[in-house]
Amino acid sequence: MSMDNEQDFQGQKVDLKLWKRLFGYALRNKKQLTLIILSLVFVAVIDALYPFLTRYAIDTFVNPGGTPTTDGIWLFGAIYAVLVIAQSFATMTFIKRSGEIEMAMSYDIRQEAFWHLQNLSFSFYDKTSVGYLMARMVSDIGRISELISWSMVDIFWSSFYILFSVVMMFVFNWKLTLIVLAVIPPLAVVSYVLQKAILKYQRAARKQNSRITGAFNEGIMGAMTTKTLVREEANAAEFEAISTDMKKASVKAQVLSAVFFPLIISLSAIATAAALLLGGAGVNATLLGTTTFLGAITAGTLVSFITYASGLFDPIQNLAGIFAEMQSAQASAERVIGLLDTKSDISDTPEVTERYGTTMDPKRENWEPLAGDIEFRHVDFYYKESEPLLSDFNLHIHPGETVALVGETGAGKSTIVNLTCRFYEPVSGSILIDGRDYRERSELWLQSNLGYVLQQPHLFSGTIRDNIRFGRPDASDEEVAAAARMVHADEFILRQTKGYDTEVGEGGARLSTGQKQLISFARVILANPQIFVLDEATSSIDTETEQIIQSAITTVLEGRTSIVVAHRLSTIRNADRILVIRNGSIAEAGTHDDLLALGGYYHDLYVHQFREDALAQALE
Amino acid sequence: MKKRSDQNRALVMDALRGSKWRLLLAAVEVILAILALYCTSYVTSYALDYVLLGEDPSLPDWLFSFLTAHSDVTKTFWFCALMLILFTVLNGWFTFVRRRNVSLASEQMAKKMRDVLYRHLNAVPYDYHKHISTGDLVQRCTSDVDTVRRFISNQLMEIVRIIVMFVTALVMMLLIHPQMALISMVTLPILSVLSFLYFRFVRKYFTEADEAEGALSTAIQENLTGVRVVRAFGQQRAEYDKFTKLNADFRKKNLFLNRLMAYYWSGSDAIGYLQIALTLVFGVLFYARTHGTPDAFTLGNIYLFVSLTNRLTWPVRQLGRILADLGKATVSLNRLNEILNAAAEQEPGKALKDVNTEGDITFEHVCFGYDAPNDVLDDISFTVHAGQTVAILGSTGSGKSSLVQLMQRLYPTTSGTISIGGTPINDIDHETLRRNIAIVLQEPFLYSRTIRENIKLVRPEATDEEMYAVAKEAAVHDVIMQFADGYDTVVGERGVTLSGGQQQRVAIARALMQDAPILIFDDSMSAVDTETDAKIRESLRARRGKGILFLISHRITTLCEADVILVLEHGKLVQMGTHAQLMQQDGLYRRIAEIQDVPQKGGEVA
Repeated sequence: MSMDNEQDFQGQKVDLKLWKRLFGYALRNKKQLTLIILSLVFVAVIDALYPFLTRYAIDTFVNPGGTPTTDGIWLFGAIYAVLVIAQSFATMTFIKRSGEIEMAMSYDIRQEAFWHLQNLSFSFYDKTSVGYLMARMVSDIGRISELISWSMVDIFWSSFYILFSVVMMFVFNWKLTLIVLAVIPPLAVVSYVLQKAILKYQRAARKQNSRITGAFNEGIMGAMTTKTLVREEANAAEFEAISTDMKKASVKAQVLSAVFFPLIISLSAIATAAALLLGGAGVNATLLGTTTFLGAITAGTLVSFITYASGLFDPIQNLAGIFAEMQSAQASAERVIGLLDTKSDISDTPEVTERYGTTMDPKRENWEPLAGDIEFRHVDFYYKESEPLLSDFNLHIHPGETVALVGETGAGKSTIVNLTCRFYEPVSGSILIDGRDYRERSELWLQSNLGYVLQQPHLFSGTIRDNIRFGRPDASDEEVAAAARMVHADEFILRQTKGYDTEVGEGGARLSTGQKQLISFARVILANPQIFVLDEATSSIDTETEQIIQSAITTVLEGRTSIVVAHRLSTIRNADRILVIRNGSIAEAGTHDDLLALGGYYHDLYVHQFREDALAQALE
Repeated sequence: MKKRSDQNRALVMDALRGSKWRLLLAAVEVILAILALYCTSYVTSYALDYVLLGEDPSLPDWLFSFLTAHSDVTKTFWFCALMLILFTVLNGWFTFVRRRNVSLASEQMAKKMRDVLYRHLNAVPYDYHKHISTGDLVQRCTSDVDTVRRFISNQLMEIVRIIVMFVTALVMMLLIHPQMALISMVTLPILSVLSFLYFRFVRKYFTEADEAEGALSTAIQENLTGVRVVRAFGQQRAEYDKFTKLNADFRKKNLFLNRLMAYYWSGSDAIGYLQIALTLVFGVLFYARTHGTPDAFTLGNIYLFVSLTNRLTWPVRQLGRILADLGKATVSLNRLNEILNAAAEQEPGKALKDVNTEGDITFEHVCFGYDAPNDVLDDISFTVHAGQTVAILGSTGSGKSSLVQLMQRLYPTTSGTISIGGTPINDIDHETLRRNIAIVLQEPFLYSRTIRENIKLVRPEATDEEMYAVAKEAAVHDVIMQFADGYDTVVGERGVTLSGGQQQRVAIARALMQDAPILIFDDSMSAVDTETDAKIRESLRARRGKGILFLISHRITTLCEADVILVLEHGKLVQMGTHAQLMQQDGLYRRIAEIQDVPQKGGEVA
């Protein structure tokens, strides 16, 4: 199954083991966690004290039924103010510390995941899209860290607040407390059920939203074709159907969440009304010198109960909300953990790691120099057993030799390249570098000695200098410039106003394909690898650039063991050996002249290419 | 040119047409909800005063006597409790219908905006789409519309709500006790100013945090797309170190923002609670001072003032955010209007619908250009006759694509006339014109839907047999049948990715389906292999004489079969004639023919 399939985890049970692991990241921040809990206890205690202060003010100063007094009112005010200020410091502390936990969590998980991604094998990358991984790395990790760190605040504050308020209420009047608390169970159930439904509808609305984005994308990309087909009206009608669906889904989600608040306050109004009715009658009776079943009750107590009762729905709603949120974030959590747990197909054995170090922590002092002798010995390779790509493949490339691979798409050229670079390993048989199976040495040992230029050169955002230096981060500016000069890239670089400090844009978007290729050659020159792999571009570029690139290739190939997936006649012609690959085996082998004389596939290919080149030149 | 703010208002107002009443109704409902909310406070305060029988519950006499007519205490408390529930339910109900109306209005507005934008993007001239970035346009059409919608749905009513709450509370309090009223609101100006300042101050840091997130995303994305390069150079460690720096920067920026947030929320919390304390203390003082007098400040009044203070303080903290969001919504509206300001395509002439499109096609002194009036095509004149196959050969940038696109009037000519069957195309209604010319673009676009729908796009009523026939002509039927879902295979973004040659062939089938008297292939077989190319040419031969066929190509096998060949160089028509004629002349055509002849030495062409 493709990993890109967004699964619907709707209605799935919250997997506690999964969340325990994720909470583990939060638990690493012991100091913050302690401070959060302490400050929240403090905040909740004071929150629960406010109604008590009101009660005190009413019963002491107002003294209903008796004469009012203002003795001590300023002290009272001062104490109130001190509590407020102390509480606000506690509030500041928990906001600060929760933010720290959130950021620490997302930082740690991202670091771990990124590290892990640097070590995963190509079989993983081949079946996982960049978009999928981006969503995990950016939104899922962000969402989970936020949810966990701030839901801890909600959980602690809500529980403490409920606890302290209930304690206070019990102290004031336990009978009335029980009556008021009766509203909590239905409140919790309604909160949970509704919030779950709301999240479901919101998800449906988000789905519609991505449909809209898709429709706009298609409408704009296809606008020219739409015009030639006079489809404007039909497209608009189809779009309006989608935008109507979107409107309906959003309104549905919004109306449902609009129901939530009124329903909750109406429910809690029952508790407040009960307090008012029974408590009011009780106060009235108390003032008249009798009692109801509640016993003696003061006006202050009544007011405090009204405040407590109407203040309960907030924490209950919070607690119910967290569970609903966790359920809805379950899929995100699973995907993040899934990414962290993905095993790599290619990894160095413990013996190799011990001697040569890991990818992230290499022991370069133990690395043998690499001469560049490559041998495929009885190599079998396939992704699916029923579709073998190479079987019993044998090939010996001597140090310094340039071997060109030609053949149709899917013939096995890329497989040979991937195996040489150890992006994949043979299913059976072995590949020897300098006479030893490459699995006996570390992945990084081989790849550090390998230069690789892709069909579509990939640059990183940053300056031209940064990109060339990618080949060898410790190279000096002079060395960077020297490398650029060797492949004649300096000519166009110096024409830029900022020279080597020119920003190349995301993925090198501000440069032409030819320029990107030249930079990627300079990058290889700087790395100075013993083995060079070139996957040549098929796309045609103008003759002038073509000539510069050709001479760049000649420079790079000199004195290195090279494997070239070749499309350019001149590259092929200059190779020491040309291999025609067909169905995973070598169909023709020899020099340019040998193969031309043979009159087979290579001959036809050469003639065809020659013609195409001449045609392209004539039409330029 | 209208002013920007007028344009923005017009855009919102047009989109709100038909649902403005909902917003007005919502405003009324906001007022009703607030009144109900205040009534709940009032009921409690009344109940409190009633408890202390001696006190005047500051009610109008008739209402007081009506209420106290229930001399039975319990009855009155029942009454108050029920009123409390009733007013809470009313508050809830009005809040609900208000939010419902607002979301109906704002979603309807967003829908209309999206529809208008989509329609407009289809109506702008062909040229517009050559110069835009799809990503940016999609972003505007989705997020910017959403920003405006959010402002209308969340903030607009919040403004109304805060104003109404403030005014109502002020009036209520002033009526009861002017001095207390002022004391109860003394911190509100401080809070609102603080809120404005904070949200303005924090904006810069929000942008910084967003940028840090963008940089982090870019680094991840580049690492993942460039995974081969990273591995091939063994740069995992360096990449990890680079990522660590950006990840740390992202954390730092967010922590700073979070700290600002902690200061603001805790600080404004403190001010809010201090205000409540102040109200309470002064309430007690006034109570004590006026106790026993006819104008006594009652316990119920204390409760009412504390309760109103409480309800006013918290929304005021958000005032600054509303202003910040208004700024965002304005920026979004400006960006949307930029799109809508692009002029839509116009009919230049009589827009005739009923014309004969089966006659000759004539170009008379046609010029076309972008920067200069003739820098693409310069004084092109020729006539081709009904039933002819016309091939066009030209070097890169010679104007051959423009020439065929002019026939569909995808671009306007700068001067000269193109006529079909004697009618100048500028006088033909664009729909009629384009329906009668089927063009296959160099890089055809297939919609993300099934192959069946793609081929039948222009004629949804066509039978499957007709579809199979054109697919066979385009030599793509067998390919389609190999897919597991056959013609129901979804292609494009959400489905199977077809190769360039397959896309071209499906587009050819789609064009053939149009059954137009004029058919244009703009280098539409460039990605098709020679064998398939030959098959398609064979089926095109069978169509000969049915209409005019234009073929842009540089394959001599295609060119030599044409009745007439046009050779373009630098925007000028330099040669015109049959294969035999052009082979006699020294020129591009013969050069191209000779190059392609190389492999078939001695072989017959065609």
